[in-house]
Formats: sequence, structure tokens, C-alpha cells
Amino acid sequence: MAEPATLVTGGPPAGPEPVPPPAGRAPRRLPIRRIVERREAAIFVVAVGLFLYFALSTTAFVGYNNFVTLTQFLAPIAVIGAGEAVLLTAGEVDLSAGTAFIFFPFVFYYLTTNEGLPVAAAIIIALVTAALFGMLNGMLTTLLELPSFVTTLGSLFALDGIMEITSNGTQFNLVIPGAGGSILGLYSWSEVLWALGLVVVVYLILHRSRFGIHVVASGGNLVGAAEAGVKTTRVKIWAFVLCSTISALIGIVDASRLSLLDPGNDGTTEMFYAIAAAVIGGTALTGGRGTIVGAAIGSVVLGILYDGMYIKGVNAYWFQFILGAAILAAMVLNVQLRRAAVRHWRSLRR
Amino acid sequence: MSAHEVPAEGATQPGDGSGPSGNGTEPILRVEGISKRFGAVVALRGVDLQLNAGEVLGLVGDNGAGKSTLVKIICGFHQPDSGRIFLEGRQVHFRSVEDARHHGIDTVYQDLALVPQLPIYYNLFLGRELTFGGPLRLLSQHRMRRLSERYLDDIQVSIPDINAEVETLSGGQRQAVAVARATRSQVKVLLLDEPLAAMGAKESSLIIDLIKGLAARGQAMIVIDHNYTHMFELCDRLNIIEQGVVSLDTKVADTSIEELTSYMVSQYRKQVTTGREELSEAGR
Repeated sequence: MAEPATLVTGGPPAGPEPVPPPAGRAPRRLPIRRIVERREAAIFVVAVGLFLYFALSTTAFVGYNNFVTLTQFLAPIAVIGAGEAVLLTAGEVDLSAGTAFIFFPFVFYYLTTNEGLPVAAAIIIALVTAALFGMLNGMLTTLLELPSFVTTLGSLFALDGIMEITSNGTQFNLVIPGAGGSILGLYSWSEVLWALGLVVVVYLILHRSRFGIHVVASGGNLVGAAEAGVKTTRVKIWAFVLCSTISALIGIVDASRLSLLDPGNDGTTEMFYAIAAAVIGGTALTGGRGTIVGAAIGSVVLGILYDGMYIKGVNAYWFQFILGAAILAAMVLNVQLRRAAVRHWRSLRR
Repeated sequence: MSAHEVPAEGATQPGDGSGPSGNGTEPILRVEGISKRFGAVVALRGVDLQLNAGEVLGLVGDNGAGKSTLVKIICGFHQPDSGRIFLEGRQVHFRSVEDARHHGIDTVYQDLALVPQLPIYYNLFLGRELTFGGPLRLLSQHRMRRLSERYLDDIQVSIPDINAEVETLSGGQRQAVAVARATRSQVKVLLLDEPLAAMGAKESSLIIDLIKGLAARGQAMIVIDHNYTHMFELCDRLNIIEQGVVSLDTKVADTSIEELTSYMVSQYRKQVTTGREELSEAGR
């Protein structure tokens, strides 16, 4: 009930002629104001601040080699984070995305090395399997009405188990010869280029497509969206499919770069980093609000923190503590800056 | 009492010329013998109702009398167990809300069915977004923004910024957005389920003006509300629904709030007495 007076119904009700619309009703907003009002503004400030801090306080932070390392670290977080941002916006979460990131490269390895399939065919089959895995997550969640926290926690352990069983707990060397290997991950910048491409696609899906609006509607007002004609169940299932599939794809790229498959990693670290990136970027855990740009900047913040502290030689015991405290600080700052900005612009509007 | 009383069996013959419209023109919407039960609960037992072109029909009655069920059948949300619906004289069957929309019947739900986090223009197109080609079905944001401003102008509502999230709007503004969404595609029949519920006096008057504006332009509407003062202000005709049937069909001009209130009270007494008799009979 902030400004009821701004709703103006025209003329005397008996008058059949419509009142001419007031001219220039939607004033163009100033560009600076449009930037500050964006949800990503606060986390962007944090990212720039951290970058400047490490750039000025160390000599090794700014440089070709470190940027390669940095981007390779944050690429998987950015992609899985984008998938999580979509799911969180739909009011769900996927705890198994990190495990999909680790497991589906194994499927790719079995198909190429054991079955002798060509690289492209193996990728397609691995991704279709990942999509079916996401569909299972989505169907369990929506059709059986289970919380996605529970379904994906279960599928996380199950998928990890399948990885242990099929690999017998042993590491594999993944060698992809020729151009395929370079495209997939061996070229220094290929992983970050893959990540950039995927993030752009997910951005278009969430913020520029019909499906994206339906994701927001399903997470923002489930009943209302259904009344308005949105097929909410179908929308949520496809959101799970999207998250698993892109996690699997960036997983295959990451494994190709490392040339190593390690069943000792269950992917939960990647999953938590990804959710943290999405949330510090401005995506709400409660659904209805999400930003892919924010999740991407969030992954950059985590990357800068991780890499910067490594370069500064922070003690390994302190490392994890400082990382956690920094994530909390970034999150608090993000919320506070956003609030201050909104208050400021509201006061101007009055 | 000049209003003509309808026996519970529904003996009015809508469209036969003796109805309230009187002059033999086909009503825009006619409902015949609609019944609906949910398990053991009988919600509607043979409702007859008609809505004439350019008319505002009010449905009044106690909670649980069947008003909302009737509206949800007309808008395609529920399917009736029996009975027929005629739109402009032709019989229609609605399989879904979308189906009814295609035929030109749209609803403003009591909960408004808006997404608070989305801007106004997305809410106005929710479920029917304009897109351009390609597998991603990207949104035609520009067209939706432009058309949204026109839809709001059409119902003579001025909202400062079409890009504002619905969350930032007042209750009355939200209601106006919900009405604009329902009326944006030239609807033949508009259903309004408690458009004034949970709204302050100031906001109510804005929505009343909005509904009157639509009525002045000849929009046929069915309105549900509990407030007699509002209903007498808005409606041309009132139907009282009691225990799943239309028990009274009267033009607003032919009755008064006092008359209607005393009718309702007498009906209520009758129910209580019958209930007592049934109880005492059962006790015997």
C-alpha cells in the first residue's frame, strides 16, 4: 500500500470515451541508476575490490599464468552455479550436480576407452544419460512431491556409489588425442571458453526465454502460475535436466584438461561452491529470484579469493576458515549494499 | 416484493423471453442445470443462470453456497457433472482454463495469480508470452512492454512504470493488473471472484471505479462479493445462491439492500427451523 494514489482510474465511470493516456508515463531511467539497481551491482563491487586487493598486495596475482589457473578453477563453479541459479529460482535445489560433474566423465571414459566409440558420440550419449538423471531428480521431486533437497541428496549418494562400483575405486587416465583434446580441454583457455558459452546460453534461457519466465513464475507463485496457465511440473523437471546436463558437460571438459578421473572426489565441494556462487550473486534460496550474471560474478569472487589466498601463502589450516568468513562477509555486504541502494532510490522517487 | 422469486428446482426458462432481459435477445452466457459434487459434498444442484450482453451480474450467498464453484465451472477450471453452458447461443464444453480463454471467458482469481517477483508487463502475459522463433523461444520484450501500456490504458489505469515488479505495487494496483490481464484480449465474459476482498476503503473505491468503467464500455461481467453496498453500486442484476441453487433472481433497480437483507434473514430462519424439525424428527 505504498502509493495507492498512483493508480488513477480515468474520468467519470459513465463517460464512454477513454481518457487519453498521460504522455511520457514510463520515464527513461538514467543508465547509472539502472546499473546500481541491478541485483548484481553489490557482488560486482566485491569482486572488483578483491581483485584490486590481491593485485596490489601480491606480485604474482596479475599475470598470464595465474589468470589461466584462476579461470580454470572458476569455470566449473560458474557453470554449475548457473544451473543451480536456475533451479533455486524455480524453488528447488540440486545437491547432486557436483557429483554429476564428477561421474559423467566416467561414462564418457567407459564409452571411448572401453567401448571404442568416437569422442563426439560418447559425449552425446554421456549428456543424454545426464539429462535422464536430471529428469529422474525432477520427476521424483515434482510427481512424488518430495523436497528436492532430499531427492538430490539421495541421488548424490547413489551416483557416487555407481561411480565407485564401476571404477572399482581406481583412477583412470583420460587421453583424448588430436584436435578433439584441444577443443575439449587441453588448450589453456578452452575450459573457460566452454564455461563462458554455457553461461551465456543459460543466461538466455533464464532471462530472455519463455521457459525462463515460467521458471521464475513457478518459484515465485506456484499456484498462481498454474492458474495463469504455466505448466509448473514440466518447467521444474526441465530445470533439473538443464542443471545435470551442463554440469556433466563442464565435467567432461574439466576431466579432459586434467587428463585424470578420480573417484576419490564425490563432487560435493564443487556443488557447495556453486550454490555459494549463485547465492552470493543475488539468487534467493526461497525461489522466484535468480541471476545468472550474479552467479557468474559470484564464481569469480570465489575464484579470486581461493587463488589470491593461495598466492599469498595463507596457512592451509587458516585457508578454509578465511574462505568461509569471506563468503559470509561477501553475502552480508551484498545484502546490505542492495538494501541501501533500494532505500536510496525509493527516497528519490518520493 | 417486485423481484421475482425462483423456485429451488430452477423453473426459470432462461432465454425464453420471460427472463429478466425480457426482450427475447439471446444472452451472452447461459447456464442450464449445472450440477457438481465433490465426493459426498454436493456443491451445485442444477443451477440456471444467464448473463446478458453488457450486463453486470452479481452472485451473492453464504460461504459454501456454491458461488466460487459455479465461477470455476464457467471458467473451465472444474468440469460440471451435468448441465450445459451456452456462449452466445452455442453450446460449449471447456476442458481447461485455456480452453475457456480461447472462447473469450477470462477470470480474475481471488488470489490474483500474479508473480510478485516479475515486472508488470511479464505478469500481463503470463502463460501467453509473445516469443520469436528459434528453439529457445526468446521473449519479444519490446512488444510485450508496448502492448502492456496499451492494455492498462484500455481499462484506464495509470501505473507509473510498466517495468516495476508487482511486489512493489499496492493491493489496488495489483488488482488492476490482474483485471488488465483478464480483459486484455477482448473477453466476452469477465469473471471476478471477490475483487474487493482484503482491500482498504480507498483501494476498494479505485477498483469499483475500474469495474464501473468496464461496465460503461459494455463489458459483460459476473462479480462475486459479500458486501451488499458494493454489489448494489456495481451490478445490474443479482442472483442469490443458496445451497447449490439460484434462489432469487432480481434486478438491482427492483429491490433494495433492506429488502434483500430481510429476504436472506428469513431464508436463514427457514433453514434453521427446517434443521430443527429434521433434528426433532430424527430424535423421535
